[in-house]
Amino acid sequence: MLNLLRPTPPVHDPLEAPLPGATHEVKKTTCYMCACRCGIRVHLRNGEVRYIDGNPDHPLNKGVICAKGSSGIMKQESPARLTVPLKRKPGTARGDGDFVETTWEDVFVTLTERLAKIRATDPKKFALFTGRDQMQALTGLWARQFGTPNYAAHGGFCSVNMAAGMIYTIGGSFWEFGGPDLDRAKLFVMIGTAEDHHSNPLKIALSKFKRAGGRFISINPVRTGYSAIADEWIPIKPGTDGALFMALIHELIKSGEYDREFVAEYTNGLDLVDLADGLIVGKSETLEGEQAVDGKAAKPAFELLTERVAECTPEWASAITGISAARIVKLARELGETAMRQSFELPIAWTDTYGRKHESVTGRPVAFHAMRGLAAHSNGFHTIRALAILMSLLGTIDRPGGFRHKAPFPKAIPPGVKPPKSWDDIKPNTPLGTAPLGFPANPDELSVGPDNEPIRIDKGFSWEHPLSAHGMMHNVITNAWRGDPYRIDTLLIFMANMAWNSTMNTSQVRTMLNDRDENGEYKIPFIAVCDAFASEMTAYADLILPDTTYLERHDAMSLLDRPISEFDGPMDSVRIPVVAPKGQCKPFQEVLIELGGRLKLPAFTTAEGGRKFKGYEDFIINWETAPGSGIGFLSGWRGVDGDKALIGEPNPKQWEMYAENNCVFHYELPESQQWMRNWNRDYLEFAKDVAFNGSIEPIRIHLYSPVLQSFRLAAQGKRAGKQPPEHLRERIEKHFDPLPFWSPPLEYAATDLEKYPLNAVTQRPMAMYHSWDSQNAWLRQIHSHNYLMVNPLTAKAAGVEDGGWLWVESQWGKLRCMCRYTEAVEPGTVWTWNAIGKSKSAWNLAPQADESTKGFLLNHVISEELPQPAAGVGKTISNSDPVTGQAGWYDVRVRIYPAATDEPKETWPRFAPMKRMPGTGIAKKVQAYFAGTK
Amino acid sequence: MTQLALVIDLNVCVGCHACVTSCKQWNTSGSAGPLEDLNPYGESPSGTFFNRVQTYEVGEFPLTETVHFPKSCLHCEDPPCVPVCPTGASYKRKEDGIVLVDYDKCIGCKYCAWACPYGARELDEGRKVMTKCTLCVDRVTSTTLPEDERKPACVMACPTSARLFGDVHDENSEVSVAIRERGGYALMPEWETKPANQYLPRKITELIDEAKL
Repeated sequence: MLNLLRPTPPVHDPLEAPLPGATHEVKKTTCYMCACRCGIRVHLRNGEVRYIDGNPDHPLNKGVICAKGSSGIMKQESPARLTVPLKRKPGTARGDGDFVETTWEDVFVTLTERLAKIRATDPKKFALFTGRDQMQALTGLWARQFGTPNYAAHGGFCSVNMAAGMIYTIGGSFWEFGGPDLDRAKLFVMIGTAEDHHSNPLKIALSKFKRAGGRFISINPVRTGYSAIADEWIPIKPGTDGALFMALIHELIKSGEYDREFVAEYTNGLDLVDLADGLIVGKSETLEGEQAVDGKAAKPAFELLTERVAECTPEWASAITGISAARIVKLARELGETAMRQSFELPIAWTDTYGRKHESVTGRPVAFHAMRGLAAHSNGFHTIRALAILMSLLGTIDRPGGFRHKAPFPKAIPPGVKPPKSWDDIKPNTPLGTAPLGFPANPDELSVGPDNEPIRIDKGFSWEHPLSAHGMMHNVITNAWRGDPYRIDTLLIFMANMAWNSTMNTSQVRTMLNDRDENGEYKIPFIAVCDAFASEMTAYADLILPDTTYLERHDAMSLLDRPISEFDGPMDSVRIPVVAPKGQCKPFQEVLIELGGRLKLPAFTTAEGGRKFKGYEDFIINWETAPGSGIGFLSGWRGVDGDKALIGEPNPKQWEMYAENNCVFHYELPESQQWMRNWNRDYLEFAKDVAFNGSIEPIRIHLYSPVLQSFRLAAQGKRAGKQPPEHLRERIEKHFDPLPFWSPPLEYAATDLEKYPLNAVTQRPMAMYHSWDSQNAWLRQIHSHNYLMVNPLTAKAAGVEDGGWLWVESQWGKLRCMCRYTEAVEPGTVWTWNAIGKSKSAWNLAPQADESTKGFLLNHVISEELPQPAAGVGKTISNSDPVTGQAGWYDVRVRIYPAATDEPKETWPRFAPMKRMPGTGIAKKVQAYFAGTK
Repeated sequence: MTQLALVIDLNVCVGCHACVTSCKQWNTSGSAGPLEDLNPYGESPSGTFFNRVQTYEVGEFPLTETVHFPKSCLHCEDPPCVPVCPTGASYKRKEDGIVLVDYDKCIGCKYCAWACPYGARELDEGRKVMTKCTLCVDRVTSTTLPEDERKPACVMACPTSARLFGDVHDENSEVSVAIRERGGYALMPEWETKPANQYLPRKITELIDEAKL
């Protein structure tokens, strides 16, 4: 052996505390490395972040933390941090990336002057769009106070189909609004969910479920992440899940293995539908058959559903989904038998809205979870409606072992909040007459003017996309650039990378951001961007507002927004700064409060015309939904002494009380109010009392949707009120079907499917959240670049080698990247990680960084629009779900072929490098982070 | 005699990398740190990590298994990295079996890395010393951390509780029970390194048996 020296006692003492004499401090706050919002403890040494761990006393993550959360230190250290306000250098062109430092006062004066003028003349010319933020309660309030309808977050791009498809069917949805009860489920079916949403809680629950012997089936074109530990993987072709659900409903009804009692009692299955006009005309005693109501033929809604799925056989679905008919039959049997024959009762007494007392709640131990894989298709709304109906037939809605709501859901179908109905809702120097976003119940609640012109810049809630509950951020730049429906003046973007991954058709959108009209003026005259990092989007700003990171600011995760409620009751939480803001960074919330005061928006102004709130903390404590309502952003520790929950007077010590209580407030409902909440009298009374809902009416499940039928009737010319334009009648009649149906994604009709035979989709990796963390030195070592993942059969047929360079081409464009063979994808699908590729030198990465040389963005081959021949030659329409406006970015079809051997070994398209912005850091060659030595 | 170790449950590991970065953040500012990152914002970034997750595919479509496989030093009972060390920097602690590197003795010759059949060692390029998983020795032997936090950072972080920690020589410990009852296995036993860390295999729950319904 080579032991040249005799062993001697260790010199380096591994137990010795580093930096003896250092100060140590632990502060609690809430994570924001993704949208999951876990409780964290930030351990500081000499004031620097030593480490961040999960807060064991936090109900959401119970002490665990993920890869992103564990890398928060590197967010603080990133050289991409913006630290000073910047404005475009006078005399330079937008997009050149030449910026000069300015002051916050200059920022506020510039914005106040500009926005005051817009507000006094034509408030819709100001548009505020935000990316991932979860501060929509504040940004939405601000836009409403300003008086512009042009506000939304990123939901239209992300998963509005999931929200709208389920909310319009069962009154609630997955993730923040509800989820699978894996504590009691025996069978868990996860569909179209990659690796996130709801990140740590889902991981905790999955592990517990598996260890308890639960069976986990994953239905997904790709087997990664959570699907890896599934007991069974059922590969499916993208965009075909709706056909699978229709066939499963067919099989369940055929076999009788579904919850007939639930369907009869708790859905509108017994409602009698007039066969002539589709209106509800009475109630049936039986679920099947035909009867006459006032001499007119009518059928129960359930009968119509049964007839609808009659042709949706397993064989039919097999040809569409690629799943064998036998497997579909087996899956249906397993779902039905588990729900019905492994049923159980929880001895929890409750009272329904009809006053009937129940001694127990029935468990149906089949739970589902689904997310973007269903949502991001133009047929996603009906796919998700079909899923919600499947879950309802199994009797699993807000029942043990099935789906459980989270407060403030369930809500009325549809919820009461509405978007603007006419131009009368938009007036100079006046708050909007309605909310900017909402849930139309019929065509009269659409945001269109007298000539059917869209009121919103993104055409949300217009006849093109009537139920676009989250807006359509993906069309804002294209529409504003084209001046269709109108031109705007100022676009304020918060934390959305619209010049890169938060947009479809990225290359063209970048051109639009710079484009000028015949007078040499920018078509979008003024762009302000608030972000913490030098993203691709900041390069296109005229004004840059440096935001703080999550460790540097106050935040309220409000029940008025997308809260973090648990199944057993409402929950909200806060962030408390643990370190000082870097440089001159200012939280966007403070910017809004300041601007609101300067612009004298009523909510931010006293009766005397003075400024109402000192800042964000003061605003959160004292703002109420209406004077004296006792309802504000935070529901915990209300009342003068902090002894009231949910409703109470403002409490000046509210922040301190959150800080003392793990930054989270959890209101546990009595057990009798935790289940069957759509029909639970005591719960619905509670929900009305605390203003979650406007009434105590039971929330019956819409197997048959009268809301959709009202639009269809309008399209058929059978309904008074707002009428659709001629060219959209056929589209609306087809897609506003009151019963679920499957049809191919809209893009297919405009695609040569033989030329472009492959589906191309993206997935988000667990260790990287969209584009957020390419500047994170640790996380980018896990994902610095991406490959196109291709089944070897498909790749070999195209002559593409493992590790080789290839072209991915759609009818919209092409890109060059590297291929990786994988057996974990169905052969008709290719996929890649989302948003790993970056534009050269963006995020202050080196020009040769892997993200821009080997990484790529699939968005370059995805279009934000489709041709609309019915409207005329050259006319276009958003490439979105015709019901909700959800971006159909998983619909793209591509072909692949090898890159020539003499081509550069780098990804394409390529862009001019971004210049380093003043105030950002200098990237080190070697980084050796050791907290507490600065 | 105590032998501390990790038992990693592949039945629930979803490959989230929480163990990778929680390890990095604890250890870079701890007694084993700093763990350097080369080119942290440039081409081919490469830093020192004591723990990495590898992902493998097994089988052919459609019968494909995707396996996430977290890997770190296995704290072998007979560690081949120790006797090859010319300076005695590589050593195994008598009191708890943790294999460590004494950075004050290490000359960065890499003999230990060559000797390790598992590729578990990483040369810290900045300090030119060999590094590896310490089982968070400064956490697990701490007298100041709350008792239930005297575990490796990766164990504390793991969202699926896939990482169990304890004394594999204590037959009543959680880790020994898990190994015994759930088919725990060591990596490459033919090398006779007697790895202390073990893995729990995937377990497939079959379709509900209709005969029993």
